[in-house]
Parts: sequence; structure tokens; C-alpha cells
Amino acid sequence: MILEPYPKVYLYRRIVQAKRFIDDHYAERIDLNAISGEAYFSKFHFIRLFKSIYGKTPRNYLQQVRVAHAKTLLEQGFSTAETCFAVGFESITSFSGLFARTVGLPPSEFSAKCREKKQRILRNPRAYVPSCYGDQHGWFENSNFGEVISTSNADLSTVT
Amino acid sequence: MRTLAPSLNLSVMITKMTVTNIHVINQDSAYDFYVNKLGFRVVDDIPMGPGTRWLTVSPPEQPDLQIVLFPVVVSKMFPQKTADTLIDLIKQGIFGCGVLTCNDIFATYEELKAKGVEFIKAPTEEFYGMEAFFKDDSGNYFSLQPISNFDHENGI
Repeated sequence: MILEPYPKVYLYRRIVQAKRFIDDHYAERIDLNAISGEAYFSKFHFIRLFKSIYGKTPRNYLQQVRVAHAKTLLEQGFSTAETCFAVGFESITSFSGLFARTVGLPPSEFSAKCREKKQRILRNPRAYVPSCYGDQHGWFENSNFGEVISTSNADLSTVT
Repeated sequence: MRTLAPSLNLSVMITKMTVTNIHVINQDSAYDFYVNKLGFRVVDDIPMGPGTRWLTVSPPEQPDLQIVLFPVVVSKMFPQKTADTLIDLIKQGIFGCGVLTCNDIFATYEELKAKGVEFIKAPTEEFYGMEAFFKDDSGNYFSLQPISNFDHENGI
């Protein structure tokens, strides 16, 4: 049995609970005051503790989570507008600006690069697998390798 | 002449580890563990034939390190007996796969535990700092430590 060897376990659990609330509800309108209330802290105390643990404020963390999910949706082929609203932003301009500052590319360019990568993988999937892995695993000897790739376009929606 | 320090070859050309691998028993389950529980990012997920795929992930703040979640299935690399032995050893928890770092070990421990990650050791004070141990879904284990354990300023 694992003992709890550190003090203030309850405090960590409340902050972790608030962080997981953001992870689960990022797409909704999140009232950070409500989160701090649920964690039984004053807003100021909550923000200070959250930042000391995660290195960023709850608001900045929420933005980070939204951008991470936006990348996934854009990779899957959703438009900038669809992605913006699906991850909880209310303005395409503010979403695009934040995305570009965080990722280094505007959403449209990021999407285009993802599409290009998918096409490259479709054309030559072996280019993404070091030959030592592919050879040893028998992937490159498999006679149905090409067929598998050509018939799995649907699966490639998962390619990131 | 007496050597006071080991010779340094400053022209060594290797600069980084970019790809490494972890042997896993089931890639679907490993995907769930590393992506949904640990929060790693998927880099490549390319089907490579029936039952296997080229699946690589990166720690959230280390996008230039790809970890191959490499399936132990019978193949040229793993004949039946080798695969069986390797799977047995992985399940026994023989393989340590490295140290993963975090900002706050207590918060990370609480979150991973809440997500169902099995810890072998809760955060404990060691002479080098706090450390915990947990297992992945296959049985590989990791050390979890706060990044502050590795703050070597000025290379010291």
C-alpha cells in the first residue's frame, strides 16, 4: 500500500481537480471564478496556487488546452471557423491571433502543412519510418504493404 | 604526463537523441496510456499492415524527441519465442524506460493517480530530490521527478 508522504494533499487534489475541469470543459464558456469557488479558494489564492504548480495562470492554461485541441481538429481537416467555435473561442480573429502566436503559423497555414504531410505519407509512407525499424519488423518486405496503405485512406485521418 | 581531466572531444558530431523506442504489448492500449493519460502528443500514426502501425509520440514540451511505441509482435525481429519472452519480461516490470520530469511532482502524481495510472512508489524524498515510480499499461516503468532535480546551471 502506498502511503501519502507529503503534506497538504487536499490542496493539491483541489488544484488538480480544477485543472482537470478545464481539460474536460475547455470547449464551454468557463467561468474561472466558478472554478476557484468549486476548489474552495478565493480567486486570488486559486490563481496563485495554480500558477505555482503549473507555471501559468488558469486562463493561460485554458488557452493552451484550446489551442492544442484546435491543432488536432485542423489536422483532421476542419476549417478555421469550425475549429474556432468547437474549442470554445467566440471570435475567429482572436482565435487566429492566439493560434499564430502560440504555434507560429496561422490556422490556415497550419492546415495546409498538415494536408501536405498527409499527401506525402500517402505517396511514400516508408519515408516516415527508419529502415532499421521497418526492415526488422518485416513491414517493407510485406507484399501487401502497398495495398494496405492504398486502402487505408480512412485510417489516415488519424495521421498527425 | 599525468592527466588531470578526461580528454574532451569537442568535435563530437552527435548532438541529440531524436528517436527512441519503448516496447509495448498492445499499441491501442499504449496510445490510450501515453496520449490520454500522460498527455503526450501523437507525432506519426501510420498503418503498416494488419495489426501494426508506426506510432510515435512526444512529451508535451519536447517535440523534437519521438518515442516509438513499438509493438512486440511475432516478426523477423521477434520470433515467437523471443516475443513471448520479451512480453513476459515487460509484464514482470523488468524494464525501466527512463526519467520523466514535471513541474510539480505532487500535482502530477495526484492527477495521474486519478486517471488510473499505477504507481509503484509515491513521491518520496531521495538524496537527489523527490521521486516517484509508475508503470505504463504494458508494465514498463518510469521514474517521475520534478525538473528542479535536473537544474544544472552553467553545466555544473
